[in-house]
Amino acid sequence: MRLDIVITGVGGQGNVLASRILAKAAMEWGLPVRTSEAIGMAQREGVVMSQVRMGEGAYGALIPDGSADILLGFELAETIRGLAKLKTGGVVIANRQTIFPVSVSLGLSQYEPEQMISYLENTAAQYHLLDATALAGEAGTYKCTNIVMLGALASLGILPYDEEHLKQVMLDVIPPKLRDINLRAFALGRQALGGE
Amino acid sequence: MKKLLMGNEAMAYGAIEGGVQVVTGYPGTPSSEVFTSLAAMAKEKKIVAQWSVNEKVALEVAAGAAYAGARAMVTMKQVGLNVAADPLMTLAYIGIKGGLVLVVADDPGPHSSQNEQDTRRFASFAKLPVLDPADPQEALIMAREAFEISEKLGLPVLLRPTTRTCHVCQDVEVSDAIVPTQEVTGFEKNPGWVIFPSLASKRHSWLNQQQDEARQLFESSSFNRIDPGTGRQGIIAGGVAYHYVKEALDLLGLDIPVLKIGTPYPLPVNLVMKYLDKLDRVLVVEEQEPVLEDQLIQMVFQHRRPVILRGKYNRLVPREGELDTGKVKEIIANFLKIELSDHKKVLNSPPLPVRPPILCAGCPHRASFYVFKQAALGTDAIFTGDIGCYTLGNMAPLHAVDTCLCMGASITIGSGLQMVEPNKKIVAFLGDSTFFHTGLPGLINAVHNQAKQTVVVLDNRTTAMTGHQSHPGLPRTAIGEPVEPLDIARLAEACGVGFVRVVDPYDYAASLEVARQALAFEGVAVVVMRRECVALVKGGQTARVIDSEKCLDCGLCIEELGCPAIARGEEGPVIGDTCTGCDLCRQLCPTGAIIERGGAE
Ligand SMILES: Cc1ncc(C[n+]2csc(CCOP(=O)(O)OP(=O)(O)O)c2C)c(N)n1
Ligand code: SF4
Repeated sequence: MRLDIVITGVGGQGNVLASRILAKAAMEWGLPVRTSEAIGMAQREGVVMSQVRMGEGAYGALIPDGSADILLGFELAETIRGLAKLKTGGVVIANRQTIFPVSVSLGLSQYEPEQMISYLENTAAQYHLLDATALAGEAGTYKCTNIVMLGALASLGILPYDEEHLKQVMLDVIPPKLRDINLRAFALGRQALGGE
Repeated sequence: MKKLLMGNEAMAYGAIEGGVQVVTGYPGTPSSEVFTSLAAMAKEKKIVAQWSVNEKVALEVAAGAAYAGARAMVTMKQVGLNVAADPLMTLAYIGIKGGLVLVVADDPGPHSSQNEQDTRRFASFAKLPVLDPADPQEALIMAREAFEISEKLGLPVLLRPTTRTCHVCQDVEVSDAIVPTQEVTGFEKNPGWVIFPSLASKRHSWLNQQQDEARQLFESSSFNRIDPGTGRQGIIAGGVAYHYVKEALDLLGLDIPVLKIGTPYPLPVNLVMKYLDKLDRVLVVEEQEPVLEDQLIQMVFQHRRPVILRGKYNRLVPREGELDTGKVKEIIANFLKIELSDHKKVLNSPPLPVRPPILCAGCPHRASFYVFKQAALGTDAIFTGDIGCYTLGNMAPLHAVDTCLCMGASITIGSGLQMVEPNKKIVAFLGDSTFFHTGLPGLINAVHNQAKQTVVVLDNRTTAMTGHQSHPGLPRTAIGEPVEPLDIARLAEACGVGFVRVVDPYDYAASLEVARQALAFEGVAVVVMRRECVALVKGGQTARVIDSEKCLDCGLCIEELGCPAIARGEEGPVIGDTCTGCDLCRQLCPTGAIIERGGAE
């Protein structure tokens, strides 16, 4: 079995933590795994992308364009940017949240959320939209958007390991005092995509 | 036991398994976590871990430990090796006693660097062996074995990962066993430690001989390997490119022999010749410079092999940027003259916003830049910059960084500019870590040469850009032990600076006053803008909101500050969740529309 996952977003959205949790869960499930993360300058509000490859035949850590099985988009425009990585027929889970960069406020570039959503509808074979940031706020803080997204992904049953396993690894990784918030976030993400 | 480790952590584990005793370094993306992982294990593993003020210092300290027989590691990014070049070039002549390993991380792309220089090239220039890992697992093994290679040859060894090893995680096999090391016998006095021209000429012959020794050693190294295949065409791949080649061959359904190289300098001749024996055409796939390719061309010529080599010289393989599987697939198809059937997916996506990295919401540097821009308003001051988060002050709308070259170049470039532009005000910006790294000699130079310049030290109490490491201005060491901090203001005074002030950039009025005085000062003025980086501040200040009743939608807060927490809403600016309450915008709002969130109206 082989699964390639791309996570896109904006620096500060917890992209790295999400990919580490997915990867650690894969390793503990006995699968070979690679991740590649954006660490450094881009983390200051820039475009960030993590890549997670699990299963046999994971070569280098970079997923070739047009071949990812799953795209987890933490921010709307970054989801669209990340579509180039997705294979035909791949699954998209997209957070509705828009983070307008300063370039947009200054009138130096454009951000058209409606166009982006309709583009997503027309392009992606399988996509799921949710308001992960609002759900994260409901769970306790917008900062656990990443965990809401993992919950949503887990509910689709396309990971090589089961949900409980992913949840357990998540709990191992995050600081104990943030457990309750993150458990709520995970559950809200699942429910958003129809998990009970 | 398997652990999910980032390449940098893997190298730290490898160093421990290899019996490292002393670690020094200076932060630099993508290398920093090699050191921080070792520092985190230092107490438990009883090793010494020290951040140094710069890379030259780091290498010399580590070399001293190796002179006394300890196994030492020094970590830095590629451009750091330029700073450490002076000790390195002669250390190759002197040699070492305990194993000395330099981890020097390259950054093709570049992702977080000011250039794409190739450390393998540097190693061959210094006549030192270099190892090039393909992935974190191999990086661990190389870090472990490098000490032994170093001791066998009596030479420092370079370990050169790239970003895609440093910041890649893998399920890595780790062990608790530590390679038994020779006993540390201490420093033995001997004329061999004192370089003189006469000694240098002798040692140069020795160093040249060691090239063959190293080559010999690498003939049987497990870091090089031939993956057999069919046909008379082959591929030689170095470092991370090996995996791209293997995946591309898989995607293309090809089975051609691949020579994987993990020891790019010196290249083992016999192994290469054996591989070339059955081949007519060979493609060389490596990132950055044609380091393998150049050596191969030489070997093929010397050994009169009728092999056709393809790579960078016929522009099949790019010399700039990173490779990846997609690019390598096209390169291989070109080399083999096969048509690729899959056409690229064309995406006609709606316009996407540009999203360059910028200063965080509440970053104290934003306030500092703004204050000096205001103080210099109407003059044609030149703002020279340096390297750190504050280089981002160059972005719209601040546009407050006019030059950036390398670490420590803000004051010095400013001094040079002023010789030609004596009537312009020069304001040099540099961070606290940069001040200690290479800023200080420039400051002394400016004072001695009677420059007229304002030096702004952006003292955010950390080395932020590279992941928040400590430095000599802070009250703790690399392993968290308390230590007396050095005071930048007092250092500046001791250097003979006539105007020294410390001010909080969050206090706009006070900062503006100090900035005006500094700009008016005849001579070198130093202003230390002291306020902790917001990424280190947990909670504390309350976020701000905009009272829409009072807001005139003049746009000043957006257009002047470019804070990512403030966006344009339907009816004027809106402050979002990421506001840290730095209060800069409140102090500037002409109508007093910005207030504390949840504050009494
Ligand atoms: C010679 C060299 N070594 C290391 C680096 C990596 N590097 C970039 S910025 C920086 C430190 C910046 O720290 P500081 O000056 O305190 O500024 P801050 O990022 O905290 O604003 C370092 C170490 C480099 N670019 N060049
Ligand atoms: S990390 Fe700190 S210094 Fe760097 S941009 Fe953010 S607030 Fe500023």
